[in-house]
Amino acid sequence: MYTPQMKELIKKVEETRPYRLGSDFPRMTPEERQDVLKNFHPDFIQSGFRPLKIGVNRGDRIPQELADLLESHSMISNVKLDLEKISYDVDVLIIGGGGAGAAAALVAKEQGVEVLLVTKLRFGDANTMMAQGGIQAADKANDSPLIHYLDVMGGGHFTNIPGLVSALVNDAPLVIKWLEDMGIMFDKEDDGTMITIHGGGTSRKRMHTARDYTGAEIMRTLRDEVINRGISVVEFSPAVELLLDEDGRAAGAVLYNLETEEYLIARAKTVILATGGSGRLHYQNFPTSNHYGATADGLVMGYRAGAKLIFMDTIQYHPTGAAYPPQILGLLVTEKVRGLGATPLNIKGEQFIHHLETRDVESAAIIRECTERKMGITTPAGMVGVWLDSPLIDLIHGEGTIEKQLPAMLRQFARFDIDIRKEPMLIYPTLHYQNGGFLIDENGCTSIENLYAVGENSGGIHGRNRLMGNSLLDIIVFGRRAGFHAGVKTKEVKQNKLTLEHLYCYQREIEQSGAGVVDRVSPVLVPHYNHREALGLS
Amino acid sequence: MNAAEMVDIYVMGKKYTVPASLTIMNAMEFAGYQLKRGCGCRAGFCGACATVYRIAGDYELKVGLACQTKVEHGMYLTQIPFFPALKALYDIESLDPTASAISSYYPEIYRCIGCNSCTKVCPQDLNVMQYIAYAQRGDISRCATESFDCIMCGLCASRCPAHIVQYNVGILARRLYGRHILARSSHLTQRVDEIAGGKYTAGLEALMAAGLEELKVAYNNRDIED
Repeated sequence: MYTPQMKELIKKVEETRPYRLGSDFPRMTPEERQDVLKNFHPDFIQSGFRPLKIGVNRGDRIPQELADLLESHSMISNVKLDLEKISYDVDVLIIGGGGAGAAAALVAKEQGVEVLLVTKLRFGDANTMMAQGGIQAADKANDSPLIHYLDVMGGGHFTNIPGLVSALVNDAPLVIKWLEDMGIMFDKEDDGTMITIHGGGTSRKRMHTARDYTGAEIMRTLRDEVINRGISVVEFSPAVELLLDEDGRAAGAVLYNLETEEYLIARAKTVILATGGSGRLHYQNFPTSNHYGATADGLVMGYRAGAKLIFMDTIQYHPTGAAYPPQILGLLVTEKVRGLGATPLNIKGEQFIHHLETRDVESAAIIRECTERKMGITTPAGMVGVWLDSPLIDLIHGEGTIEKQLPAMLRQFARFDIDIRKEPMLIYPTLHYQNGGFLIDENGCTSIENLYAVGENSGGIHGRNRLMGNSLLDIIVFGRRAGFHAGVKTKEVKQNKLTLEHLYCYQREIEQSGAGVVDRVSPVLVPHYNHREALGLS
Repeated sequence: MNAAEMVDIYVMGKKYTVPASLTIMNAMEFAGYQLKRGCGCRAGFCGACATVYRIAGDYELKVGLACQTKVEHGMYLTQIPFFPALKALYDIESLDPTASAISSYYPEIYRCIGCNSCTKVCPQDLNVMQYIAYAQRGDISRCATESFDCIMCGLCASRCPAHIVQYNVGILARRLYGRHILARSSHLTQRVDEIAGGKYTAGLEALMAAGLEELKVAYNNRDIED
């Protein structure tokens, strides 16, 4: 429930609403966009980054919190392991049980090979489950993969890797069809026409949705299908290091049973890393919309094995994270809310940015409004945010639209006695997505032979900024591509002895560089929270 | 923030004093837990943190998602992070969207005694018993839409005296509906055919080869659909 003081401020929003309804706020010029990004986007805050001291990306600028993990000792540096004692011996090992891993598993299995999917928490515990907004695909008459390509490149400030973008937009309609065939309940007209809307930075309405549970609907269906097809899944058993063979090719992983605290060896002919992102590292102390398990584990083990990273200095802050109530701080307010017409407003109830700028620009403008311009609204917990005028949605599209199209949002705020049909939401940018990751080709291959990376732990598809709806898309597109390639590739892989030699080399490099603080160990697997600091009780 | 108001909660019987403003999940972490089971998206989407609780002095068992429910004084709680439910294996493509498609895999849906425990326990406020009734009647469409917001936390099944696994019935109905009842998208099929026919191959190659300035001009001048 809003405090009386906040309710007083909401009156200003209500006062200006009739004037704002139906009027269009101008979009920024390219120069204005550059200006707000350079001055206010966290990617440009120098103290948030440092050059990496070890590994193949030595010298690259990466976030402090991630550098800490990469310049750490391995969990198993003091563990005696018998690499000959193999607990799982398969063709394709998939590490990560989100949308990318599940899609890869399905297609790999279709190649007639033995597939094992291991995951840190439950199968389906992933950011995929939380993606509300939608999935892009150019499948309508006024749209084409070529237009989609331009939107992706422009959104990424033309830094994206062209071959990856081409694969993304080309496969997009194929992916929607694949999902439709699996029984995904996309929002459709009675005749089957997809109901599609805009997202930030799209030039066509190509966002496909399943209410505001799009990711959940995709994830639970993929999971159902993986189980139906008899693919082996081992939960609560994260991989903690990769295994290579004597020729330096990926050949398995060391798994850690979270419950029995045992280490187990999984041998495979090809390995797909699908471990997701790193929001739970809370770069620059930002709140995050990410899943509990988003702790960069895949980046750590892949990097130690020598796979090259790209774009690690660019992080996506979603413009609309919940700033109030404190129980849901950082929770994603889906971009679909803005797609349907809700606009950001300052303390005076005035709009200060077009509501559908790209995410980085929108976030930077909100940070500017709250910092330099001091036009934000302060919560009792000391958090500052701006309004997102959700009641506009029902005024624009008719009563009942929020209930029908945003049931998850409506429910999440209703739990704390805020009716988003009648009251605006208070929002502030939240750490949302890791734009960078392992450098891959259009089949998901990394710079290490037989090692693939798909989904959020890969980089280059979105360049320095990802558009809404292209992440659900990329996990399925590249999950399928890697699943296919890794499945076929197994047939020509000749296995030899497993080794952890790469780990010993990395360890030596840490010691020589002086980078490794003696007691720092990674991957961290799960974050450690006590909430005392946030409550002023530390 | 001022000194927080504190309440006593009992995690699996053990007492902890925690700030009253916290959710159950945050309170457990405040108490010192580092969660492995019983914690997922922390946003009410994934169903990992189903929790059963009772307030001291009250006989009623209540439920909620730990990430979405605030603590109360005298709360006795335990999490149900896993439920050993039956999940049928099927080939969705080969099924017909009829009552028998569901009842052949989950015949126990007809054992429902109408106690409504499933509905009362649902943290998503779904009308669970109603969607099972739709399944019994073979009304796949209504079963699918009524169950759509399900997060598969398992609380319904944990309370069902007839041993129905409602959430697995729900996903079967939704997949049948999405696959066999919802109209197929003809514009999608057409685009898929065009891609297979190579209609955009040359265009994409040209875009990949285009220079930065050329791309920027095309991007900045592209028309934007209203």
